[in-house]
Amino acid sequence: MIEFKMPSLGADMDEGKLIEWKVKAGDAVKRGDLVAVVETPKAAVDVEIWQSGVVEALVAKPGDTIAVGGVLARLRGAEEAPAAKAAAAPPAATRHPVSPAARQHARELGVDVEQLAGTGPHGSVTLQDVQKAAKRAPAPAPAAAPPAADKLLAMRKAIAAAMSRSKREIPHYYLSQTIPMRRAQAWLTAYNEERPVAGRVLMGALQLKAVARALKDFADLNGFWKDNAYQPSSAIHLGVAISLRQGGLVAPAIHDVAELPLDELMKALADLVRRARAGSLRSSEMSDPTITVTNLGDQGVDAAFPVIYPPQVAIVGFGRLAERPWAEDGMIGAEPTVVASLAGDHRASDGHRGARFLAALAALLQEPEKLT
Amino acid sequence: MKDSNEIRKVVLEELRRIAPELEDVQAAKPLRDQVDLDSMDWLNFLVALDERLKVEIPEADYRKLGTLDQIVAYLAAK
Repeated sequence: MIEFKMPSLGADMDEGKLIEWKVKAGDAVKRGDLVAVVETPKAAVDVEIWQSGVVEALVAKPGDTIAVGGVLARLRGAEEAPAAKAAAAPPAATRHPVSPAARQHARELGVDVEQLAGTGPHGSVTLQDVQKAAKRAPAPAPAAAPPAADKLLAMRKAIAAAMSRSKREIPHYYLSQTIPMRRAQAWLTAYNEERPVAGRVLMGALQLKAVARALKDFADLNGFWKDNAYQPSSAIHLGVAISLRQGGLVAPAIHDVAELPLDELMKALADLVRRARAGSLRSSEMSDPTITVTNLGDQGVDAAFPVIYPPQVAIVGFGRLAERPWAEDGMIGAEPTVVASLAGDHRASDGHRGARFLAALAALLQEPEKLT
Repeated sequence: MKDSNEIRKVVLEELRRIAPELEDVQAAKPLRDQVDLDSMDWLNFLVALDERLKVEIPEADYRKLGTLDQIVAYLAAK
């Protein structure tokens, strides 16, 4: 018998509330299927299952709050399942994207968001969709969920817990390097000129690709500090810090970024940002980042000196791309530059290695055509 | 030349789709000072305008699109 347990979807999660099951007893499931929706302090997350088998019993009920590691369901493994029942059930469908505010309001009004046709971006269900549905068919369901202000407070508490732990436990070192971006900027402008607006690539995507490529030679920055030891990761899954319009942030992963073609990476980034803001992230995206990248350039800051998200051991920051004075061969001119920064965990790496990583990152951005 | 009022309506609809919290927009003031739009929001906004108004906006023209009035005038002239 296999126990399907509440996953840890980040260092700031101690427990999760089961919102709904996407499967029922007797259903066959396979690795990677979406089987449940779990609400964390930061987001409602589509939870994937990592074993294949047949659902024997759903132990937790919607509305139950379960500690990380607590049993949600029991499965029979493929070898235990009677042949007659092992026939594949329809795969769990991806739910509609639903903005966190809309999901919250729907619960307060007793509206079933899964039955709504969304009018938001990419069919996501918006607050207005919920309000319209509530007017059409007012439901008497009690307001069991906390108001939006409490939800925001819960997110702040989760961020506070993770960041306080980080600053308490992780001896950070900080480095920064100003990187000339004329070549990268010119290359990307030419690259985008040939593309329709929907196919354009943002500088942020090129920077992510460069970070992932540079990390290939810096395993001491890409992994986890667990049980008093460093555990490097063989995969490079970049957590991308995404601010949410209602406040707070999430940092879900794009998987295997170093291997993704640039166009695919851009699509993955756009999709991740859209789903993060619509409240439709997957559990593997929340639990898998091996390092995080934050880009605050759009907000106009010169540089970011971010806090490491435990148990990761490094975080990379980018400030705004802007023309700045640049001295070369005794001449001062104006050059488009960006300040890249690194916060590293001194238990896992030293400043010397961090500095070499930033130098490698700068070098990669001088040859943007190799980052496709 | 397209109808400016219709364009303004579409632009505001798409802005509100990206930033639902948006209330009044001061048409002559820089848009990105009034609305918290990052690069991805901006790109999504332009993709939506492209889809609805069938207007391709080259990157080189982004600097002409600072205010709501400028966006409407640019799109009307396309």
